[in-house]
Amino acid sequence: MTHLLEVENLEVKFALRFGDLTALDDISFHLDKKEKLGIVGESGAGKSVTGFAIINLLSKPGYIAGGRILFEGREINRLSDEELRQIRGNLISMIFQDPMMTLNPVLTIGTQMVETVMAHCRVGKAEARGLALEKLRKVYIPSPEKRLEQYPHEMSGGMRQRIVIAIALLTNPGLIIADEPTTALDVTIQAGIMDLLTELCETEEMGLILITHDLAVVSRVTERIAVMYAGRIIETGLTHEIVGHPRHPYTIGLINSLPGTRRAGSRLEQIPGMMPNLTAIPAGCAFHPRCFFAAEECRRTRPELSAVNGGRHWAACLRLDQTAGPNHLHD
Amino acid sequence: MFAFIIRRIVQALMVMVVIALIGFSVQHSIGDPVRDMVGERVSQAEREVIRERLGLNDPALLQFSRFCWKALHGDLGVSYFHKRPAMEVILSKAPATLELVLGSTAIILLFCFPVGIYTAIRPRAWFSRFVMAVSTVGVAVPVFLTAIALIYLFGVELRWLPTYGRGQTVNIGGWDTGLLTADGLLHLILPSIALSSIMLPLYIRLIRSEMMEVLETEYIKFAWAKGLSRWRVWLLHAFKNTLLPVITVFGVEIGILFAFTLLTETVFQWQGMGFMFLEAVERSDTSLLVAYLVVVGVMFVVINTIVDICYGFINPMVRIAGNP
Repeated sequence: MTHLLEVENLEVKFALRFGDLTALDDISFHLDKKEKLGIVGESGAGKSVTGFAIINLLSKPGYIAGGRILFEGREINRLSDEELRQIRGNLISMIFQDPMMTLNPVLTIGTQMVETVMAHCRVGKAEARGLALEKLRKVYIPSPEKRLEQYPHEMSGGMRQRIVIAIALLTNPGLIIADEPTTALDVTIQAGIMDLLTELCETEEMGLILITHDLAVVSRVTERIAVMYAGRIIETGLTHEIVGHPRHPYTIGLINSLPGTRRAGSRLEQIPGMMPNLTAIPAGCAFHPRCFFAAEECRRTRPELSAVNGGRHWAACLRLDQTAGPNHLHD
Repeated sequence: MFAFIIRRIVQALMVMVVIALIGFSVQHSIGDPVRDMVGERVSQAEREVIRERLGLNDPALLQFSRFCWKALHGDLGVSYFHKRPAMEVILSKAPATLELVLGSTAIILLFCFPVGIYTAIRPRAWFSRFVMAVSTVGVAVPVFLTAIALIYLFGVELRWLPTYGRGQTVNIGGWDTGLLTADGLLHLILPSIALSSIMLPLYIRLIRSEMMEVLETEYIKFAWAKGLSRWRVWLLHAFKNTLLPVITVFGVEIGILFAFTLLTETVFQWQGMGFMFLEAVERSDTSLLVAYLVVVGVMFVVINTIVDICYGFINPMVRIAGNP
């Protein structure tokens, strides 16, 4: 069966003066219709790069060095610029982090919506406008006719993110890539936006890739998770499996550092050290300098993803036999 | 928007009052009008009579209001040298200067946008590198040197273009224009190029750097992610945002363009206001100097006000700020 999106051994490099820098190394995952996948990790782990690589919008020195990206069975990383343009914003839409920055300040909402429709469909202006109104209603924007005439600065952050989502929906895409869609919003607004996205995935039959550093959001919304560290996926599987029984020491650390997982009044756990810079990724397992379980072999051998629990959970760690069982970090 | 325009015009009027005040003080403190009029041989008593008759003993404020009142009616005094009203002298010279400024503005507008945009979206192309290198030289070389170099190349060596004067002009309703005759247009070419040589590179660099900055923003990334055509992203999404700072600078720089007409007009013997101004300085013709100051000041203010109002039309946020 073909998946909606299939990423196979994706490798992204940045061409720098002193040589190529590997930003993504051997990334593989897949996504089906209506499915929601969370990509989690610290800043610099390569989450956003993964999202941009799918529609080939990597910023300048970055390029796809290897692997395949299949969308509905079509290999989209080999398409020409024009063919890709027809996919971007049409079959695959993106939602960015900061709604205050993603809308063009000098163009009306109407202009920014209508142009998207007209870039992909052979319709007139009036028809495109009607479509824009329909989508604005779908994201629960009050008095949409008025909004079309307004400029972005006349609206609040939550309202703007709803409009960005409405723009993403315009052409009924099969896949939405949401890059930290709630990070820049107030906590009270965040839940509303997340609920809206989940609801739309269901009603519009879209796949969703949710890129975030927020494990709490991911565990509430998604069915599957991929945890990234230093440009690689180090643990992936069903969301409740990973949140309930994390096996990679990094994921264990992430979950323990969430407020609310520990007894009230006790100190929050944190993972010692910092994620390595991409220019100096340690040999062997990239996480070993920060790992409680690190052994001699971790310095030399790079672990590959291996099945932990049937087909539901994979982790890339050499010492999986040590990491089973809950809460071993503080025993 | 209406409130914004009104507010901007009130500001412009206040600036004009300040310009008038400066002009008035210059006239008041440089030289002695009575001595200039009657020379050394007239007795002190007679001088006092003349003083009284001219109103020079009145309080400064009264004199200033009289000055403003007359200026509003187009009376800026009489040029000592030309023995004609200063306003009349200036107005006879103004068309030449305005056409020169118009010519260079046309050259600047024609080239700065396409070249600026191209160098921003293709920063590594050889043409962009070439433009950047040449523009550094263009900014650094003074106008009179560029002018002399142009005269030498196109006038002396190649003999393609006339190098001095305005050529044949046509008088239409009191406006002496060289724009309607082939000869007049040919005469306009070299001075216009010389005058634009200082601003054009500046603008290309300004547009380039502003546009490169805009191209890095999130909303441009989003525009790409929406699958818009590259021309729409460049020429609408990026360029409209680039325009905002560029327009502001344009308003200020057009005033500076007037200042540089002094040099250009002198080198090309262009009979405009700048040329007249330098003559007036040599002859200590204070009335004419003050009149020049006021007229150029008014032009500057008018142009800036128009530019600001244009800015308001492009930037939606100004329109809101203008609403009380």
